[in-house]
Amino acid sequence: MTGNVESAARAVDVWKSYGTGEAAVTALAGVSVEFDRGRFTAIMGPSGSGKSTLMHCLAGLDTIDSGDVWIGATKVNGLRDKGLTELRRSQVGFIFQQFNLLPTLTAEENITLPLAIGGQKVDRAWFDAVIDTVGLRDRLTHRPTQLSGGQQQRVACARALVARPEVVFADEPTGNLDSRSGAEVLGFLRRSAHEFGQTVVMVTHDPNAASYADRVIFLADGRIVRELHDPTAAAVLDTMKVLDGDDRLVVA
Amino acid sequence: MLKATLKSVLARKLRLVLSGLAVVLGVMFVSGSFVLTDTLDRSFKDLFATVYSEVDVEVAVKPKVDQDNPEAARAGTLTADDVKAVESVDGVRTAVGDVIGSARPIGENGKVLTTSGAPRVGTAWRDGGQEEMREGHPPRRDDEVAISAYLAETGGFQVGEQVSVLTLEPKRTFTVAGIFGYPGNRASLGGELTTAFTETTAQQLLLGTPGAFSGITVRADDGVSQAVLRDRIQAALGDAYQVKTGEQLAKEQADEIGEGLAFFNYVLLGFAGIALFVGIFIILNTFSIIVAQRTRELALLRAMGASRKQMIGSVVVEAVVIGLIASVVGLGAGIGVGALLANVFSTIGGGSLHLAGIAVPPSAIISSFAVGIIVTVLAALLPALRASRIAPVAALREAATPDRPLTRLTVAGGALSLVGGGMLGFGFAGGSLWPILSGLLLSFIGVALLTPLISRPVVSLIGKLLAWSMPGTLGRRNSARNPRRTAITAAALMVGIALITGVSVVLTSATTSITKVADTQIKADLIISGESTNGQAGGTFGPDRVEKVLATPGVESAFGWYNDGVLIDGQRKFGTVVTDVPAMERIFGLTSTSGTISDLEDGEIGLDEATATALNLRQGGTATVQTTKGEQRAYTVAFVLAKTTLVADSVFLPRSTADEFALAQVNTAFVKTDPGANVADVRKSIEPLFADNPEVSVQDLSSFVRQQTAQLDTVLLMIQILLALAILIAVLGVINTLALSVIERTRELGLLRAIGMRRAQVMRMITVESVVISVFGALLGLVVGTALGVAAVQALKDQGFTDLGIPWMQLGSYLLIAAGVGVVAAILPAIRAARLNVLQAISYE
Repeated sequence: MTGNVESAARAVDVWKSYGTGEAAVTALAGVSVEFDRGRFTAIMGPSGSGKSTLMHCLAGLDTIDSGDVWIGATKVNGLRDKGLTELRRSQVGFIFQQFNLLPTLTAEENITLPLAIGGQKVDRAWFDAVIDTVGLRDRLTHRPTQLSGGQQQRVACARALVARPEVVFADEPTGNLDSRSGAEVLGFLRRSAHEFGQTVVMVTHDPNAASYADRVIFLADGRIVRELHDPTAAAVLDTMKVLDGDDRLVVA
Repeated sequence: MLKATLKSVLARKLRLVLSGLAVVLGVMFVSGSFVLTDTLDRSFKDLFATVYSEVDVEVAVKPKVDQDNPEAARAGTLTADDVKAVESVDGVRTAVGDVIGSARPIGENGKVLTTSGAPRVGTAWRDGGQEEMREGHPPRRDDEVAISAYLAETGGFQVGEQVSVLTLEPKRTFTVAGIFGYPGNRASLGGELTTAFTETTAQQLLLGTPGAFSGITVRADDGVSQAVLRDRIQAALGDAYQVKTGEQLAKEQADEIGEGLAFFNYVLLGFAGIALFVGIFIILNTFSIIVAQRTRELALLRAMGASRKQMIGSVVVEAVVIGLIASVVGLGAGIGVGALLANVFSTIGGGSLHLAGIAVPPSAIISSFAVGIIVTVLAALLPALRASRIAPVAALREAATPDRPLTRLTVAGGALSLVGGGMLGFGFAGGSLWPILSGLLLSFIGVALLTPLISRPVVSLIGKLLAWSMPGTLGRRNSARNPRRTAITAAALMVGIALITGVSVVLTSATTSITKVADTQIKADLIISGESTNGQAGGTFGPDRVEKVLATPGVESAFGWYNDGVLIDGQRKFGTVVTDVPAMERIFGLTSTSGTISDLEDGEIGLDEATATALNLRQGGTATVQTTKGEQRAYTVAFVLAKTTLVADSVFLPRSTADEFALAQVNTAFVKTDPGANVADVRKSIEPLFADNPEVSVQDLSSFVRQQTAQLDTVLLMIQILLALAILIAVLGVINTLALSVIERTRELGLLRAIGMRRAQVMRMITVESVVISVFGALLGLVVGTALGVAAVQALKDQGFTDLGIPWMQLGSYLLIAAGVGVVAAILPAIRAARLNVLQAISYE
């Protein structure tokens, strides 16, 4: 099987379980999914549904038991640490919920860190474009402690984009932000998909956040159970309610 | 509360080990010193008890001047009449005349055999002594000797072979007639080399007088105590004789060695103290970091109603637990090290000193626990106070507390440094030890307190030199992140490096000064002297050899000197007889303040200016002089030499007095060659004159100076070895700081790995941080140490430290070593950081 140039990331019948024997928990049970280039996808699901595991496996942060995972033309499973590091450095961008930045570096240094680690030159035009989009031009020399939470997350977004990765993975990027800062970050992720053609995959449990995506994938018990395209917040919420009903799960 | 603390201690095993290790090493040093010196002390007591086990009373000539050199000839000799006189005293069973002196056998390679302090003894063979003939027979002819089994072993001699021996006379060769040992299958009593001659040979070679005895060994009749017999013999012989009991002699000699051992112990404890002082920095730092990391936990306890006292208590209990465990482990390790060193000493060092059993003296146990616990608690006190000031709300806040300003630290550090420097200056000026030591201590603490302030600019500068890539930059920034932590880690390293540097500067200055004095003031081209090995002087020669040297073609002038302790107006000085005073005047470039420098007539002495002033004597004055063998006489001061660094503390005596010295032989001769003569050629023609005496060497001036200064290199090496432990502990500190930082920055490391940092890059980042800290510490140490050294040299200017010498090469190598140490210290923390599981690290709380 070869990588599909049309999809930025792809999972084929991925199985993953934790623990052994009685205590074994199946986190992913035969997940197959493709993420099209230049689209913004949200992965949703209740706690324990396997959404974070799926993202970690796609990004090469976690190993899988069987199946295949591709990032662009690179097969992720089977890569050793060196290959995975190379993959993370050049083909994947990350935005975490918190602690995204190194406190000893300025905003600009944090943004260019992946390039500096790889010893690559910064593409100034692209850097300027990204900076202006996230609106951080006047904050570049600040240290993380001098930035607000929203500003810190925007720095993290800029960092994820600056190396032009195949995919940007965002793990609850707005989980620690107030709604206004969250809206700014989500708006930026959407624009980077539509204006820069950047593939973005976001894990979230917030229906409103998911409504910014082009496509929402719902996970439950390690399987993909539903999919929405160009969703509204209301549609997402309805789907969640339906799924909750199926699984008799109570979501506050 | 106590239970919570103990659980918390056990949960942090790594920290326990790292901070405990510093204490363990220090305590090990302390208890090891006590065990070692105690074992050796008891071994020497046993040794002398054995040596004198067959002696009830010993009679000798009372020395007129105290002897320094145990191998030198006796103060005087006894005659056969003396032996008869002792024999006739009531209560004497036997009285045997001893002939004991110095005999240095020559090994197969032509070099004189040496020991590590035990004497090389020549005796007259006596039947019925402690000696047990193992092989062959006692010496019967004048060309036969019996040798001790230890000498046979050391020199590889067998019965029937030839052995050459140096005594008062040059090399003489004998046939080994027999080999003897001692009771208990011992090869020697205490590592000494013994050669037994026939009585007449021994008297001639060892005492230089036929029919003479060095002492009389007396055995008492049954029922007569040693003390009673001693008093009877003393009464019979009179005051010119020294009469001592066997017990008394054993005790005196053991005590003398015991004093040396006690001093040795103080020196070791001093170095242990330095190691522990460095340990305090490490523990202080560890506890500070632990308290900082536990801020939320401690605040939570506060919020639940724990009092400040309980907060302090919880940290102090943790310290006591660590101190206690470390003391036990350190004591155990110290006993092992002490026993090991005692064994090394007895087998390699002392030849075959029979070791008394290893025991643990109470002093070792008491000091181990006192030192271990006090040091740990002392170091934990500051962090404990800080823990108590944590507000309950801190539990709710993020742990990021803003940097506290360094003003108070800096002011305190400056004040302490000033006070310490002042005390140092006072101590150096007065030459007293305590102000110097406390000054040193205060200065070190003061500089350590100033270090956080200095660290900012210096660390960023060092970092810039090292950090050329992104991981390097991150490492540099990390090392500047917490100035206090970096500073205290570096300061620990500073202490050891500063002391080594200070000593290096002083010793290099000494070498420079000696070399300069030799170059500018001594006009001798060749120097003939005995080589001293392990402090055992040997290699004297008869004055006739000096005459022969003078007659050698190419020699312009030459003089030799004899030395012995003398009493002048009751004070002990260095008595010197010079074969040719005018030659000395020319070769040393001496001038006089009064009188004319010339050969001394009988009844005349010469003094150097300092000695004359000390004795309140001037030219024309009279003084009474007591030599080792002669009678006390009045002398007139013929000349006083102007101040010179070449002769100090000296009394010059006329040539006739040389016979009154313990050893009437020249020990050093200075030779000036004819202008235009080839020094190497002259040396070649002089050397055969001393071919029969391998202890004597003929050297040109520069190699003679190098030989003299080489001893200073040995001193430096010893000090470096002893300070190595302090540096090792400082390295533990660097490892500790890095390891704790790695734990603290788990999330950051995870993030770096997640965005594509390679394992090698992570390791490089940690290594740069480590090297920056180490190099910073070394730089501090070099600066402080050089300042200390320069101050000491300035203070010692009048004691002959005329020139300051900075050992640039050595200082450079210390810096390189520190950088290397940084790399080594980073290995474990770097591996730990590189092995972090990325996924776990980014979700780490």
